[in-house]
Amino acid sequence: MELKEEKPVADKITIGELHLSGCTGCLVTLADNYEGLFKLLDDYADLVYALTLVDVRHVPEMDVCLVEGSCCLNDEISVEELKEARAKSAVLVAYGACAAYGNITRFCRGGQWNQPGQEAFVPISEVVDVDLYLPSCPPCPQAIRNIAVMAYLLLKGNDEQKALATAYLTPLMQLAQRGNEACGCDLMYDVINQGLCMGCGTCAGTCPVRAITMEYGKPNVNRDLCIKCGACYSQCPRSWFNFDVMNNYEGIIDAINGAMK
Amino acid sequence: MDVLGNYKSVISARAADKDIQKKAQDGGIVTTLFAYALEEGIIDGAIVAGPSDEPWKPEPMVVTTKAELLAAAGTRYTISPNLQLIKEATRSYGLDRVGIVGTPCQVQATRKAQLYPIGMRDVDDKIALVLGIYCMENLSYQALEAIVEDHCNQKMESVKKMDIGKGKFTVYTERGAVSQMPLKYIHKYVQPGCHVCLDYVANLADISTGSVGSPDGWSTVFVRSNKGNAVWDGAMAAGLFETKDMEGVKPGLDLVKKLATEKITKNQKHVDERKSFGLKADGTPKALRNPYETP
Repeated sequence: MELKEEKPVADKITIGELHLSGCTGCLVTLADNYEGLFKLLDDYADLVYALTLVDVRHVPEMDVCLVEGSCCLNDEISVEELKEARAKSAVLVAYGACAAYGNITRFCRGGQWNQPGQEAFVPISEVVDVDLYLPSCPPCPQAIRNIAVMAYLLLKGNDEQKALATAYLTPLMQLAQRGNEACGCDLMYDVINQGLCMGCGTCAGTCPVRAITMEYGKPNVNRDLCIKCGACYSQCPRSWFNFDVMNNYEGIIDAINGAMK
Repeated sequence: MDVLGNYKSVISARAADKDIQKKAQDGGIVTTLFAYALEEGIIDGAIVAGPSDEPWKPEPMVVTTKAELLAAAGTRYTISPNLQLIKEATRSYGLDRVGIVGTPCQVQATRKAQLYPIGMRDVDDKIALVLGIYCMENLSYQALEAIVEDHCNQKMESVKKMDIGKGKFTVYTERGAVSQMPLKYIHKYVQPGCHVCLDYVANLADISTGSVGSPDGWSTVFVRSNKGNAVWDGAMAAGLFETKDMEGVKPGLDLVKKLATEKITKNQKHVDERKSFGLKADGTPKALRNPYETP
């Protein structure tokens, strides 16, 4: 007998995950939503492509493609699959710091077992246009959950929901336009040097490798520890702060919690 | 949004607890609310500005008892980067329900961390109570030292209390001396990042409070969110606050509104001036970065 999955909600969006040169931490992060992942898959999105989670061998058409990992220019298949994913998806997301900024793969200089010839790793935006960035290493389950819910509202919601989702996703789309180089140094260049830092401590609290300490009210980055994941800058309230979304924080948190019930 | 933000009610209040009254900067609102929330299990710890090795230099600290809260009570007029501990509080300290107090910018940072938890794994739903304090502008520690030691001519370690009010920065020493600096001299010491801030009364907090608008020893309290409302109602029912109707107190809500309008108008002007700060080759203005437009 052939088993077929029940589809209680017909109008789902389709999401896939393309795995390039990453550690699979981003994919695991998606699963770290635990029962939330089932809720997302039951009501809002069909996972149509993902390493180990979906038995599909070739990049399919999809609404949203999450790309994990940077792209190795010396690996023909990576480049081809990335371009194919771009061509076949409506929205391409740099999911996690390697895809967005290169992250730890920025430090690669080749010569590693068992592919010593693979040494050129670039953020995916060097190869394809990217619509949206989700930085940090790894990204947060709650962030990808929020983006998935917002992507659903954007593609399937009513006018009001579309407006909310657009406002919510805009800064993450702008982040993709800002460039593909990230570093703790961004706190100097784009916050302190710009006269915008007020010493709140968010960057130090958010850094996944504890490279940032607060010294006399300002961040001090241990640049040898920094893995170039972009979390500090994008989490900083002075990288962007969109009042149209933030002023409605209570309603949005309630809406996301409601959607996940 | 109005300059005072959304709120359900505004009250003039002070702590009924005499110990808290003695230690507190004004009405003891933050200390009392966190003590109540700890007692009731609404939070199991709070991130506050605690003491450090240097006099009047705050250090962010996670407190889990009323005694620790009292040790951290009172205002230090310099930065305590409380957000530094927001993820740590849920990790090393193992808290499931975190309280945090902060200036308006820190409350904004907290809400951004909840709505866009980019590097804040498993933090958003553990933020249980966000208290905001009014803030006109802030000082680096070195700036505070210059004011206390140069302008007021007092040693940092001999100071018992600092206060801003009635146009003056006032320093009270352990031995009873009172030194003052007119607030108009504070301008060059304000940290630059404060000049783009468009929030005076912590519009995004669950509850925000400050001395402005209420008589000496009392605070003006805005109860804002549903969560804030439930906590405030509970603390009131427990008899933890003495309150006065805001309509009846002097100088009243008009002063809060006046200062909020002044701050936001002045800083909005600064944000706008940054848009035409420099000059491009074609003669058109060159802008500095604007966090309210793009990252």
